[in-house]
Amino acid sequence: MSNLMSGARILLECLAREGVDVIFGYPGGVTLPLYDVIYDNPIRHVLVRHEENAAFSAAGYARATGKVGVCCATSGPGATNLTTGLVDAMMDSIPVVALTGQVTSKLIGSDAFQEADTFGITRPCTKHNFLVKDIKELAQIVHEAFHIASTGRPGPVLVDITKDVLQGQAHYTPINEIHLPGYKVVTDGHAGQIRRAAQMMWEAQRPYVYAGGGILAAGASPELKELVETLDAPAVCTLMGLGGLPGSHPNFISMPGMHGSYTANMGMYECDLLIALGVRFDDRVTGRLAAFAPHAKVIHVDIDPAEIGKNRTADLPIVGDVKKVLGKLNRNLKELEPEMASKNSEGRNAWWKQVRGWQAEHPLEPVFSADEIKPQHLMYEINKLSDGKAIVSVDVGQHQMWAAQFIKFDNPRTWICSGGLGSMGFGLPAAIGAQMAHPDQTVFAICGDGGFQMALPELATLVNYQLPVKVIIMNNGYLGMVRQWQELFYNNRLSSVELSAFPNVELLAAAYGMKGRIVHTPMELASALKEAVDEPGPYLMDVRVSQFENVYPMVPAGAAINEMVLAPPQPVAVPR
Amino acid sequence: MLMTISILMENKPGALMRVTGLISQRGYNIESLTVARTLDPTLSRMTLMVDVESRLRGLVIKQMNRLVNVLQAADLTDAPAVMREMVLLRVRATQENRTAILKESEIFGARVVDSSVEGFALEATGASEKMEEFIAVMETYGEIEVTRSGMVAVSLEAKKLRLAPPISKGQPETVGQV
Repeated sequence: MSNLMSGARILLECLAREGVDVIFGYPGGVTLPLYDVIYDNPIRHVLVRHEENAAFSAAGYARATGKVGVCCATSGPGATNLTTGLVDAMMDSIPVVALTGQVTSKLIGSDAFQEADTFGITRPCTKHNFLVKDIKELAQIVHEAFHIASTGRPGPVLVDITKDVLQGQAHYTPINEIHLPGYKVVTDGHAGQIRRAAQMMWEAQRPYVYAGGGILAAGASPELKELVETLDAPAVCTLMGLGGLPGSHPNFISMPGMHGSYTANMGMYECDLLIALGVRFDDRVTGRLAAFAPHAKVIHVDIDPAEIGKNRTADLPIVGDVKKVLGKLNRNLKELEPEMASKNSEGRNAWWKQVRGWQAEHPLEPVFSADEIKPQHLMYEINKLSDGKAIVSVDVGQHQMWAAQFIKFDNPRTWICSGGLGSMGFGLPAAIGAQMAHPDQTVFAICGDGGFQMALPELATLVNYQLPVKVIIMNNGYLGMVRQWQELFYNNRLSSVELSAFPNVELLAAAYGMKGRIVHTPMELASALKEAVDEPGPYLMDVRVSQFENVYPMVPAGAAINEMVLAPPQPVAVPR
Repeated sequence: MLMTISILMENKPGALMRVTGLISQRGYNIESLTVARTLDPTLSRMTLMVDVESRLRGLVIKQMNRLVNVLQAADLTDAPAVMREMVLLRVRATQENRTAILKESEIFGARVVDSSVEGFALEATGASEKMEEFIAVMETYGEIEVTRSGMVAVSLEAKKLRLAPPISKGQPETVGQV
């Protein structure tokens, strides 16, 4: 089967074969041949208002579905605008394919209009990237890109395509085989190591499960649940792993790390076996590495061999797909259960007693006030409305941490969060991607007043496609997390963190043609959120929260994970 | 410590940049780098010397192997391997010291590649330390000009090359759908 087609049409043919149903993008000069073909193609194109947001939306789509998210930008400024989104996807291992236009092959290197060295610029921002200068290579490369993005440790892949390739004509033959000799993915864990891991787990007195984003990437939630239940071990999910184990599961003891719960961090400190699954021992989780889980042996399962031993040496490394490894591990655990389970029951009971003791001592509980809306109160109400089911997308900062602390996620892929890069302006475009993927699900985009203003133009996209995203701005008039650090570590010298001149969101929403509301008092909060959720279209809500609330517990940078600050050192009163 | 890495990679645009970019991205400096096509024109062999803390050596190799264009990266620092470097050197030779220079060159196995009234151009190959000594000796004869090739290395033990098999492109794949 072979017929003459333009490069642009070949590209769309390949995308269709990869099961792509939506592209987030922004057209431009050199991608005109592509947009001409998109015009009457069944693949849906969502016109965002900034290329960075196209990448965030594609990542939001990928995070919510597990499928590859696709974004598209033109050459030069279009491509350079994508880079933040690509690094974001890279840091969080999100499968994204970015398509960019490039100037005609002959013009490459001549500083042509809208030319940038996209291939060079995005090399460190992607898992892999390609420059297509020959139409004969196009189909092969597109399929390679999807394969690389979606397999192994997922990540972003960029395909830079010259205009002459998009415009040119070639015989299209569907690609049936791809050959990447250097791309080696190990998915099956070593059987002997897995057996040893099962043995170690039963022998441990104080086992502790530390699950990360890899659980979601591998779709290993059911296996994780089974492991936690067989072993009856306390378990935490990292910021990236939330939803990997149901938030309401009795063994789930919330998130560890810089703003993790007292129980999660103390458990990490005191355990004697750390079962690390699809995690990368990020500094925001470990605190001072030398004092991280000092009494524990470490079992580390990861599909990326380069992650094992990177920050913390593993006593038992297992390279493989965490879903497959946990599947085998669970069988091994069951086999050993009759002879092993009862051996350490005394130690295990003491361990649970200790964990429950921590929970009772310092529970993670929202703060309420009758006079002003506490940010925790806002998250509490959203949690009540969501009931573990809604998709929640967040920006970065204080609201992100409160959302992670107080909103429970019972299902994987419902928590959409820029964990590794911490990109402001991520929440709204990522919610657009998630809502496109799940039109019938309630999607909240919780933003800070800072992050929201970075993504504000995307309100137009919401209205354009009538996406019923509920944009909730947690407005404290500050770059809250930066202010928190200035308060605590820079003598309260609040430098350039006050955000004045915030737009009136009721007028702003009206200007875009959507519903909007400002909420001032705790009394009206619940009903206002209900109203937003019941509204069939998009909704913009500005929640004026108490201005100087800070996120606790907190592990100061450079401190050990058990050296938490549980509450503000003293009441902070700062004149405005 | 100075680590020697031998890399077999695809001979494709940007492949060199990926390897060197990875090194600079992690904050290391490249001390020496040689790269050329192999018998198979689609592949290149690179020898790289980098100053890396010894506990991180394994990690650097793992990160190299993660690159899609890299077929094999091996740490030759402590492995049985032959390492050679070429030095091209020009030295001013006066009537009085011409014989001495030639004698000294012979000791280091260096060849005269050019001779003129101005002086000699010499070519020498050997282990890096030997070359350092050669340069030091020649320096005693006056001002010299030196070009070093950087290290090339070959492992003395046959390592089996593990390559990923071709993948058939059937149904669209997805990761982790629950």
